[in-house]
Amino acid sequence: MEAVNLKINVPVRNNGGEARPTPARDTGQKRAVVIKPTYVRDPHPIDLPWKIVWNSETCIRCGSCVATCTFGAIQAELQKQGQTFSTGPIPKPVDNSQVILAIKQVSDPKHFCRGCSMCEKVCPTNSIRPVANEHHRFPLLARQGGTPIKRGGRAHHVPVRVLDYIKVGRISQMTDPSLDAARHTFDLLTPFGRGLPADQLPLRVENGKLVEAGWTPPLRWIYPVLIGDMSVGALSWRMWEALALAVAYLNEECGMPVRMCTGEGGVPNRLLKSEYLKYFILQIASGHFGWNRIIKAMPEMVTEPAGILIKIGQGAKPGDGGLLPAEKVAPHIQAIRGVPKADLLSPPNHQGLYSIEESVQKMFLSMNAAFKFRVPVAIKVAASSTSVAVFNNLIRDPYHIVGGFFLDGLQGGTGAAHEVSLNHTGHPILSKLRDCYLAAVEQGKQGQIPLFVGGGFGDTGDLAADAFKAICLGANGVFAAKIWLQLAGCVGNEKGRCNACNTGHCPVGICTQDPRLVARLDVDAVAQNIVDYFLALDVELKKLLAPIGNSTLPVGRSDALIAMNKAIADRLQIAYAC
Amino acid sequence: MCRMAAIKAGHPIAPALTLRMMLAMQKGHDNSGFAMVMQDLGGVFAEHKPFPLLSMACTSVGLERADQILEEAGWTLQFEYQPDVVNDSTLDLKRMPHYVFRIYRYPPPLDTYNHQPTPEQKQLLLETRLKLRAALAHDDQGYVYSFWPDVLTLKEIGDPRDIGTYFHLWDEQHPLQARLISAQCRQNTNYQIVRYAAHPFFLQGYTLMGNGENTFYQKNKEFQQRLHPAYLGFESDTQCFLYTLHYVCEQLRWPLAYYKHVITPLSFEEMNTRPDGQVLRRIRQSLMHLEINGPNTVVFVLPDGRMGVIADAKKLRPYVIGRDDDLVVSASEVCGVNMVIPRRNTELDIYPGERETVIINNNLEVERWKQ
Repeated sequence: MEAVNLKINVPVRNNGGEARPTPARDTGQKRAVVIKPTYVRDPHPIDLPWKIVWNSETCIRCGSCVATCTFGAIQAELQKQGQTFSTGPIPKPVDNSQVILAIKQVSDPKHFCRGCSMCEKVCPTNSIRPVANEHHRFPLLARQGGTPIKRGGRAHHVPVRVLDYIKVGRISQMTDPSLDAARHTFDLLTPFGRGLPADQLPLRVENGKLVEAGWTPPLRWIYPVLIGDMSVGALSWRMWEALALAVAYLNEECGMPVRMCTGEGGVPNRLLKSEYLKYFILQIASGHFGWNRIIKAMPEMVTEPAGILIKIGQGAKPGDGGLLPAEKVAPHIQAIRGVPKADLLSPPNHQGLYSIEESVQKMFLSMNAAFKFRVPVAIKVAASSTSVAVFNNLIRDPYHIVGGFFLDGLQGGTGAAHEVSLNHTGHPILSKLRDCYLAAVEQGKQGQIPLFVGGGFGDTGDLAADAFKAICLGANGVFAAKIWLQLAGCVGNEKGRCNACNTGHCPVGICTQDPRLVARLDVDAVAQNIVDYFLALDVELKKLLAPIGNSTLPVGRSDALIAMNKAIADRLQIAYAC
Repeated sequence: MCRMAAIKAGHPIAPALTLRMMLAMQKGHDNSGFAMVMQDLGGVFAEHKPFPLLSMACTSVGLERADQILEEAGWTLQFEYQPDVVNDSTLDLKRMPHYVFRIYRYPPPLDTYNHQPTPEQKQLLLETRLKLRAALAHDDQGYVYSFWPDVLTLKEIGDPRDIGTYFHLWDEQHPLQARLISAQCRQNTNYQIVRYAAHPFFLQGYTLMGNGENTFYQKNKEFQQRLHPAYLGFESDTQCFLYTLHYVCEQLRWPLAYYKHVITPLSFEEMNTRPDGQVLRRIRQSLMHLEINGPNTVVFVLPDGRMGVIADAKKLRPYVIGRDDDLVVSASEVCGVNMVIPRRNTELDIYPGERETVIINNNLEVERWKQ
């Protein structure tokens, strides 16, 4: 047997340093391999946040990993491999080499591995996986060209998860009995819509009964956990459809009035004209995307939407506007939003609104009037040191038209934002929720503008517990978003995994408009996951209500909570326990 | 648990009956106190029914301070009853130096007397009581329980049996007699033992006591403290029930039936099937923080003399109402009722359900209102 002559012109790497000739083998033939030089200045996988570990021995070279990776972070290469073998009747060791097919990580920072683990997931022999590289230099490489780093996902660098320090510590024992979560009845709905002080309700007594004698602001009683606003565009059409499907199923089949906010970016026309519109809260944000289509559909609407949410800001990137990269503006997105294929930037503020009072007078009145004062109009703002001032202004509005205050904390997610915003701007949600609730208490106005909070709820998978604690601190309800994506297969997390929602290359088909990637998402399976989660969450909420002896929502019942950290206890005005 | 007893009679009766009921139910309470409100008075106060009666327990300093305040405001003392007490140091009670039961005449501009106080008189009575309370509270010189025509309040900490002995309340011919007596044993356990925490509580003609645990106490309290200047103290979670009753009936002027709708709203499922569902949902939103939770039975007396009983939405606390010809007796336990009217027809006893308001009207008829 003869040794193989290498005549293949493929890159072969050595251990770095200057290019040098490979030592001549016993064939004595001239080498046909070109060895590229490696310079210290060149990017290398050691600089990237994730390193690919690949096992040549077990890999069967099926190519699944390379085909699956949506970021181009790995590629197949031919690699020369030295080997020694013996042949002949009197075996004599001979140095030789062979070329193998190898899986290599790409060093270009534009194609850096996101750690999404899709390669690991599809590998039939467990031969490849990404490993977090704690010594990476990515932030120093990724700004080349003068471009800030952008990504999706949620805030990193959040040092403490406050919800984990809070427990439900007031348990009904001998003074009052715990309820039975399985046998007692519970009433878990919460109001969405402006409440009036009882002495201002237009009621009159007629034959010993109270009857309505005037207009009252629109009111819906809804499930206290909402699906937060994520737009068609940020999400793939299949993901959005799965959410919508789950919401319709929960309402129609499970008797749970769960509401979903559409996000900015319009709504499929078919839904606008369907009876299921009543389960959806339409969002208007500073870009007003999709509203030309919504307005045109109004004459054909057969029911009213659950509400309108005016988005002023969001917790993940407060003070910054929405951003839908052109990569994601596929033809159907262009149709829904009525725009060409381009980066779609929502301004940081609503142009033309420069004060809280003005927003109430102009925007709230406009949106109320558009739906003939029959649909609650709420506002969503990012949590901030100024949240209480905003809330106070709204709750004192003399028109009684602000139907809900949605407050979003820094642990909320986003489809795309500058990393500097994600990591370094924003305000934790709980203290601002508490401040707003106590501001309402101070004025005797609690419940008049229902408080809904979001931003990090359900991050650990226990949304019921998180929601329950927020309700005890004064929230009327909680909106969550990322958790539904995680139920659909999203692998992103706070530790830097994936967070590629902005790229259009979502490896699980959630945050992309690429038909090949979207095809990875099974709409029915995702919808079922979400429905199942809601059903479990409903039971879990009852399992938290029952021990404290409550059969209705304990809004503001902070006496039910304890904090195992003194500073947190003091800040939130709940009992410290150790 | 607390034990409650209430009697509405066609003729004046002595407090001994309620004390006996309490002893019958003794295994259910801890001998830590006895409190009662007597209304529609007979005995020594029979001749003074239209005139405001001040019920107070205080020190000498407190008494002097109260006298001065009342005198400066133009109130005129008309009659005073000083209870005859047994000075036996072995009795288990925390006695106060003075137990004040005084009848006053209104200051001149309001010195007129009808069956019920006028709105101005109501306001003055309330303001005066709150003023006295504040004046005595800051250095713990006394407790002002009620200041209202035809209403007498006595509260004391200690063994109910000894409290009865101390005030001669075991005497069937005691000078204090009333057609309506609400009584409760056991002091508060959730919070500090103070006299103000003992129910029944009284506010502008409304008397209320409760047996249970209002697990929405904090919500109720935070909401009520901004609703009315008299909604204060909150030494007991039961005060919240009284303030809500007062708010619904006196401030909002809603029919009494809505008290039940406010504190234990119907489920949304039920509301949605009713023609008045829209009104009920609206009320539920506006007064969400007055809803109660936990096991509770609430017994109340209205300014017109009607007595009522309401249970929590899960009916987690017992209460029973028994009757004979001239007496409606109700108690936390049936043994309490048996103590007073053992030979009644027990088949007619009423155990108020979770969705009804039971009213004992002034003809001693029992009405059951379905929520």
